[in-house]
Amino acid sequence: MSQLDQVKSETPPQALDRSDVRVRHDEGIRGTVRAFIDRVRSGDLGMLPVAVGLVVISAVFTALNPVYLAPNNLVNLLFDCATVGIISLGIVCVLMLGEIDLSVGSTSGLASALFGSLWVTQGWPLGFALIAALVAGVVIGSLYALLYNRLGMPSFVATLAGLLALLGLQLYILGNAGSINLPYQSPLVMFGQILMMPKWLSHALGVLPGIFTILVGMRVIRRRREANLSAGGMAGLLFKAAVLTAVIEGVVYYLNLGRGVPWMFGLFVALVIIMDYAFTRTKWGRSMQAVGGNKEAARRAGINVRRIYASAFILCSSFAALGGVLAASRLASSSQQAGTGDVNLNAIAAAVIGGTSLFGGRGSAYSALLGIIVIQAIANGLTLLNLSSSLRYMITGAVLAIAVIVDSLARRSRASHGRA
Amino acid sequence: MSDLPDYTQRLGEPVLSLRGISKNFGAVSALTDIELDVHAGEVVALVGDNGAGKSTLVKILAGVHQPSSGVIRFNGQEVALGSPADALNLGIATVFQDLALCENLDVVANIYLGREQEPWRLDEVAMEVRAWTLLNELSARIPSVREPVASLSGGQRQTVAIARSLLLEPKLIMLDEPTAALGVAQTAEVLNLIERVRARGLGVIMISHNMEDVRAVADRIVVLRLGRNSGVFTPEDSNHELVAAITGASENAVSRRMNRKQASEAMQ
Ligand SMILES: Nc1ncnc2c1ncn2[C@@H]1O[C@H](COP(=O)(O)OP(=O)(O)O)[C@@H](O)[C@H]1O
Ligand SMILES: [Mg+2]
Repeated sequence: MSQLDQVKSETPPQALDRSDVRVRHDEGIRGTVRAFIDRVRSGDLGMLPVAVGLVVISAVFTALNPVYLAPNNLVNLLFDCATVGIISLGIVCVLMLGEIDLSVGSTSGLASALFGSLWVTQGWPLGFALIAALVAGVVIGSLYALLYNRLGMPSFVATLAGLLALLGLQLYILGNAGSINLPYQSPLVMFGQILMMPKWLSHALGVLPGIFTILVGMRVIRRRREANLSAGGMAGLLFKAAVLTAVIEGVVYYLNLGRGVPWMFGLFVALVIIMDYAFTRTKWGRSMQAVGGNKEAARRAGINVRRIYASAFILCSSFAALGGVLAASRLASSSQQAGTGDVNLNAIAAAVIGGTSLFGGRGSAYSALLGIIVIQAIANGLTLLNLSSSLRYMITGAVLAIAVIVDSLARRSRASHGRA
Repeated sequence: MSDLPDYTQRLGEPVLSLRGISKNFGAVSALTDIELDVHAGEVVALVGDNGAGKSTLVKILAGVHQPSSGVIRFNGQEVALGSPADALNLGIATVFQDLALCENLDVVANIYLGREQEPWRLDEVAMEVRAWTLLNELSARIPSVREPVASLSGGQRQTVAIARSLLLEPKLIMLDEPTAALGVAQTAEVLNLIERVRARGLGVIMISHNMEDVRAVADRIVVLRLGRNSGVFTPEDSNHELVAAITGASENAVSRRMNRKQASEAMQ
């Protein structure tokens, strides 16, 4: 720090939170970058592993098959991301509490079977069938919450039992036929397969995050100044918004060279944004983090811990059910295979790869978005290379192992840097 | 045990009154037939050896544990403290011995945990301002309230826990060994704080092993021994009597040393 800075930072009136001389305060663009580097060093990796991973993955697959980076292949990739990504969003909720739901795959399969049979076989209106599938998710989540809260059954065991039981129910509903085809011309199947945002709309939506960053940031700066708290400058804020807008608009432009931005992916991103708001800006989200960090402390603070657990299990199963219905719409069928295979583990792996800790208390809605993009990027690349699913499983398994190792190492580093 | 009846009569109705409180953990009777009164504007020190049941009593009053039997009256009303939320809603705030903070959350989030302003749109600025105000009242040396609590020292965490208990404007505040992890200046600050809180008309229950601290601020000293009431004293009572009540014996190493000391002082 130069002599001049020293003097500047000591001129009165002193901000309420700037009285301790031991803390370095980073300001401006350089400060933003410097704070980021410090955070990473202390084990708060954020989006970094994902960004690095994606660059490596796309470099490798593009070298092996140039089609990989073609706009239309990426559009397909985003379609595939949406279904499992929504399931993964629910997984983030339970992981945040240090719990797990191993049955999300079966829940999604059951929801898909229930939806198909009510809508196509029983002739229910589409909306009612959709609601029924979501209600099934709510009921399943409530059941897990009941087992956890009242009987103290570990979620690991309860949901493992659920995995089998729900799969059985799915097979029972589908009966001997084994699958139900959904009508191709229905709005839902179109939504899952071909509906794209108009180009102008995708570009318009693309600038919103940047605009919101600036508006919200300016409001925070103004309010902090009024309250005599230190407030970052406009420079850092504008820099952040510019980078964000450039990245989003770049991606949107590239996708629009192909078929465009799928509405289904738009729905997924909207859900991610809503959940991110809920996690970071509401009392519920704060309570989730608290219960995940220290359950007893949260209870002593007067938080209704049982209700928090119930909300997490119910949200998780409901997102799984929604993901199941969307998966059915993507394939235009409800089948015995829906929700089996790697759906379960991909959903869990996505959350962890994206940076949600398996140990509870740390997580973000964006981890579902980023993690599922990594997983689908690998799956898509391997499919393009015509590799067998045996190899695909092994590689995805290795990536998950790496993600968990990174999580554990980062956790250790955080502990030694006093960042929990 | 001099002139206690006069003193308690002067204070009027107690804010908190316990009758026959017992608590069993399986075969262990942690508390048996505890009686305790706390008046508004009164500091009651709860002393006793390790394992005497002090923390258990505090946890019962905080709603963390439920008593096996007995009656709790708060402001004259019989109350059931079924959960920590019940106690907090009545206006009973607690600084626990095993600190009840979430290490993954920052200082502001911990101070406001469970009491956030605007549940659907957290007001971080207002919460941060109030957090600084509370911490400054305690002369806290905390570099940044936006760092996770994991990065704080034991004493700093203790201060955060105390600040947290003051947030609610409670009627009764319980501090379980609040100064155990604190430095000299901070201990003095906490004792000052206890006096300020008393002056505002709150009831205070304070647990401490430090007899100097206890004598400095307590109006009454309640002794627990092996989970039972073992006498009520005033700060004017002799150390000898207190130690005897705490240890349950008039003849022991502590009292003998005390006697020798007094004898040698008398000779000089
Ligand atoms: N949760 C618990 N389960 C079983 N026994 C307990 C529990 N909490 C306290 N005890 C027992 O109750 C007695 C009193 O403990 P405590 O209230 O912590 O004493 P202290 O006066 O040192 O604070 C001890 O014998 C302890 O072992
Ligand atoms: Mg204790």
